[in-house]
Amino acid sequence: MNPLELAGARPGPAFTVTFDGRRIEALPGRTVAAVLWAAGITSWRATRDGGRPRGVFCGIGVCFDCLVTVNGRPNQRACLVPARPGDDIRTQEGTGHAH
Amino acid sequence: MPTDLAVIGAGPAGLAASLAACARGVRVTLIDAAPEPGGQFHRQPAAGLRAARPEALHHRWRTWTRLRDGLAAGSVRLLTEHHVWGVERTSGGLTVHALLGPDQEEPAEVHARAVLLATGGHETVLPFPGWTLPGVVTAGGAQAMLKGGLVTPGRTAVVAGTGPLLLPVAAGLAAAGVTVAALVESAGPERLPRHAVTLAGKFPEAAGYAARLLRHRVPFLARRTVVRAHGDERLTGVTVAALDAHGGVRPGTERLLPCDTLAVGHGMLPHTDLAEALGCRLDGLTVAVDEEQRTDVPGVWAAGEATGVGGAALALAEGHIAGRSVVARLRGTAPDPRQWAPAARVRARARRHAAALGSVYAPPARWTDRVTDDTVVCRCEEVTAGAVREALALGAGDARTVKLLTRAGMGWCQGRMCQPAVAGLAGCEPTPSRRPFARPVPLGVLAGQHSEEGHS
Amino acid sequence: MSESLTCDVVVVGAGMTGAACALYAARAGLSVTVVDRGPVAGGTTGAGEGNLLVSDKAPGPELQLALLSLGLWAETAKELGAAVEYEAKGGLVVARTPEALDSLRAFAAAQRAAGVTADPVTADGLHDLEPRLAPGLAGGVHYPQDAQVMPALAAAHLLRASGARLLTGREVTRVLRAPGGAVRGVRTDRGDVQAPAVVNAAGTWGGELAARAGVLLPVLPRRGFVLVTEPLPPRIRHKVYAADYVADVASDSAALQTSPVVEGTAAGPVLIGASRERVGFDRSLSLPAVRALAAGATALFPFLSGVRALRTYAGFRPYLPDHLPAIGPDPRAPGLYHACGHEGAGIGLATGTGLLIAQSLTGRTPALDLTPFRPDRFPRTTKETAR
Repeated sequence: MNPLELAGARPGPAFTVTFDGRRIEALPGRTVAAVLWAAGITSWRATRDGGRPRGVFCGIGVCFDCLVTVNGRPNQRACLVPARPGDDIRTQEGTGHAH
Repeated sequence: MPTDLAVIGAGPAGLAASLAACARGVRVTLIDAAPEPGGQFHRQPAAGLRAARPEALHHRWRTWTRLRDGLAAGSVRLLTEHHVWGVERTSGGLTVHALLGPDQEEPAEVHARAVLLATGGHETVLPFPGWTLPGVVTAGGAQAMLKGGLVTPGRTAVVAGTGPLLLPVAAGLAAAGVTVAALVESAGPERLPRHAVTLAGKFPEAAGYAARLLRHRVPFLARRTVVRAHGDERLTGVTVAALDAHGGVRPGTERLLPCDTLAVGHGMLPHTDLAEALGCRLDGLTVAVDEEQRTDVPGVWAAGEATGVGGAALALAEGHIAGRSVVARLRGTAPDPRQWAPAARVRARARRHAAALGSVYAPPARWTDRVTDDTVVCRCEEVTAGAVREALALGAGDARTVKLLTRAGMGWCQGRMCQPAVAGLAGCEPTPSRRPFARPVPLGVLAGQHSEEGHS
Repeated sequence: MSESLTCDVVVVGAGMTGAACALYAARAGLSVTVVDRGPVAGGTTGAGEGNLLVSDKAPGPELQLALLSLGLWAETAKELGAAVEYEAKGGLVVARTPEALDSLRAFAAAQRAAGVTADPVTADGLHDLEPRLAPGLAGGVHYPQDAQVMPALAAAHLLRASGARLLTGREVTRVLRAPGGAVRGVRTDRGDVQAPAVVNAAGTWGGELAARAGVLLPVLPRRGFVLVTEPLPPRIRHKVYAADYVADVASDSAALQTSPVVEGTAAGPVLIGASRERVGFDRSLSLPAVRALAAGATALFPFLSGVRALRTYAGFRPYLPDHLPAIGPDPRAPGLYHACGHEGAGIGLATGTGLLIAQSLTGRTPALDLTPFRPDRFPRTTKETAR
């Protein structure tokens, strides 16, 4: 059993997004975080000071740990933002803003 | 567009209030950040996933369908993907300020005569070594991702911490195909009998989860705690240890459980930012309300977790009462509490439950002992426990001064995650933080609302 | 538990000014006890930006105090600079119109005559100093002496460096006076502290403390909001503000007046502040004040429009009716010294104030003439006067 089967999901056709340039499949409706988790990816941010990996923590938009850069826009909460076809998702380094 | 009542939060409390008020002729605007109503408790799978059996991940499904159908049948104006950052008292009433999601760059305003704060709560997690590793998520976060995205973070999970949320999270993950290596609860079963009478109504629900856990062969480890999460770039396992009667680790009981996911939670905290910024009186960490769910600020009601964490049934009752009160008060009359007597009874009972649960499920007394100096406490600003302890040695006697001296709580989440930990390390009771912006607001949005003559 | 302690001097207030008084008094050989009803930096210090400014001060006693203080800050920074996040970043004051530039340049010329380094900057030169400034500004003045510290850290570390005994969470209920009127210590809610000298560094509470010593010091609060953004890479190099700031500080109006003082911080966020309102001790959020700050900041730095504000906080700047602090011995209560009422400049002026207090305590000639700062300069019924 997987969660899609459990809930009897019949999603529309998958589309493609990229994560750090690598193509991954995304189901319609899923957030960026859900798409990345489904692809086995759990970290997409390197912290400002320690450069430590981070991903989803609270899952509901409160903790801001899952910040990610989507289509050049930094500091998007992956757990809130829906993935859209062709999204260019990139690991966010530091503040997410270029120096 | 003006409205009579703006309800902030479309979870059980907000939905119940909206339906109660709308059914009695009040123009209601229901505002929520999510794409669909339901809140965390009734979070639905994303529409695009077209789930035929969403109820497989939920309980109290009939309550949800009743709320959902009521919303569809009535004339409540529903504004989804509105991230409310503030409520402002204005000459004509109250103005709700929001940012349109998901980008949260465009502003939107709702003008109302009354506002109900049904803002819910969020989970707290107390720090331990390794808790910032990817793969460590809040129990509620694992559940939210499962319910909303129909996705799990890994194959083998440990569910740990304390509180009534752990059971459904473990059961949900197991049902969704995750191997749950253990449910680790720091409270001991010996604490339950003391509250057995109060909690009698809760037993069938808990028993149902327990049966499901048994079916999935999930070991239940009571009076144990996760002392460390292991891994370099990602979680590879956790060390679990038994607790003694004083909350300390019993030597020699440490045991490594390999896992790629740790879903951990230590209870809930209410969202009180909007209430605090409006000047509503708080009672400890919750919004203070009267019997009608009114705050002490005219025109502002509060219901649900914001007024005290107590679960969905309590939220429904409080929301209903708030909605009825708004109806009467907006007409300039005093409501007759007999009209909502059944809801008041549910409220009283649920509050007793919540108080009993709160004393059963408390984090182990000496959790700070296990927070090593190199453990990050403030996840946003990467402030370690050692830095917090150094600030205490410098003369910081409270959480606010620790924040000033270390930046703990100054980052993106504004201390929502680290506040209980900082207070615990400082040895003081958590106090509500002032967060004038309930969400980050682009400066351009604020600047756009500036008018030279708008103030004097 | 009640206890009785003895020392040479009790400093009331564990904020920036109290910390500096403690440090210089201890260095002068005195044994010091610091008492505060709250924690370290719990009042105005914890709600300030950490401005060490000469640029906003007109020639006169406050500017002389600022020049003295900035020199002492630079000395202090040799030892504690990293711990207190001292940054000699310099200030850049800009003018939007040629008329504003003329008055700014005239102001700067007078400051130069008083010993300030103030270098005129052309319109083109502005962007060499601050590449992200809005286009179309008329010009400005660069003040290399302006600097910054993190105020709460500065107070905490100066206190630690002083070696003073620190008693936090203790409220002074009375300043003890001998029958002849001389001060002999303080009574707190947890015991007395005996000392022949008491320094009032109680900030906005300074008027109340003076009253508890039986003297009048009309300290009033001025509310200021500061806006704090998300963390950014270094993008704003100086303390940048518009020339109308100078006029605002001296203004007497009770109405909101906001000047955008914009600066980056070592930690990443940009600070924008502070607004100035005379509304008593009302801490509740004023969205109009915050909007005005945002409007001012984005007008100076358009890129900030897309940057998010994470928080805003209010503090109360203590001021006296003539906008000068009270520094020095109080002839009405021998042994009582005042060090409060620095308005929005207390962090910057703390070191000079501390030195002057230490010199007074030890009977030395103060480095500056204290006459303009006399604490007994206010008659019983006093009105605010324009400077």
